[in-house]
Amino acid sequence: MTDVDEGATAGGGSEPDERRAEAQENRAETVERRFAASAEQVPAIVAFVMEHAEPWGVHQRRRMQLQLALEEAVVNICDYAYETPPGEIVMRVEPSTTRFAVELVDEGVPFDPLAVEEPDLRSEARERPVGGLGILLVRRVIDEVTYRRAGGRNILRLVIGRT
Amino acid sequence: MDVEVAGGVTVVTMPERIDTHNAADVQTEFDELLSGGARTIVADLSPTEYISSAGLRVFLAVLKALEKNGGRMVLCGMTTFVADVFDIAGFLQLFTVAADRDAGVAAVS
Repeated sequence: MTDVDEGATAGGGSEPDERRAEAQENRAETVERRFAASAEQVPAIVAFVMEHAEPWGVHQRRRMQLQLALEEAVVNICDYAYETPPGEIVMRVEPSTTRFAVELVDEGVPFDPLAVEEPDLRSEARERPVGGLGILLVRRVIDEVTYRRAGGRNILRLVIGRT
Repeated sequence: MDVEVAGGVTVVTMPERIDTHNAADVQTEFDELLSGGARTIVADLSPTEYISSAGLRVFLAVLKALEKNGGRMVLCGMTTFVADVFDIAGFLQLFTVAADRDAGVAAVS
């Protein structure tokens, strides 16, 4: 069963159909909600995802890590995706029997955060760049992070298990 | 942030969360301490359950400022989550870390 929140759109195209079918096989429930792409929305976005992650059974430690990944990914989109901010982010939550997936969808300029070079962690404090840490944290705390560009949208997919 | 100064050591009690929402405020408070002459700082992170890269950047900026003027900073009381985030970012190599507040003060005294 696919449940789309009031006020949310279904992504507008055929792109999610295959994933929906897969999710349905796993008796999962996909839920979407639209948010302004603003750093101020981070608490609301985290709360929306946690509303689904907690009953699904994500362990406390993983919930903290998911929260961190969401903050970093959302702030990243707010900083880079829209040339004339603010745009919008659609949050798509896809729990299945074995994993909990979250997709962050924006219609901003094509931007693959995973293509950005990781910061050099061996450098001294005075040489340490301040950027790039957010995505590094996302990659380390989330089991599977993938990016795709489809239908004029950037789609960042975060997948975690329960523990 | 709660600030105590004793014997030339400034002990700062960090908030529950240091994230995008409050990092600028935390930075401002540190800036005020630094411009007020604080050179030896112990940051007590025991109340801090959550930190993101916005918080890491604050600590890096304070460390850089202190390195420039010959100051020192020790972090203490890290919760597991905070220690994990510092570790992932490679920040445990940059900072002196102590178990608790007493050990932190001892490390800079």
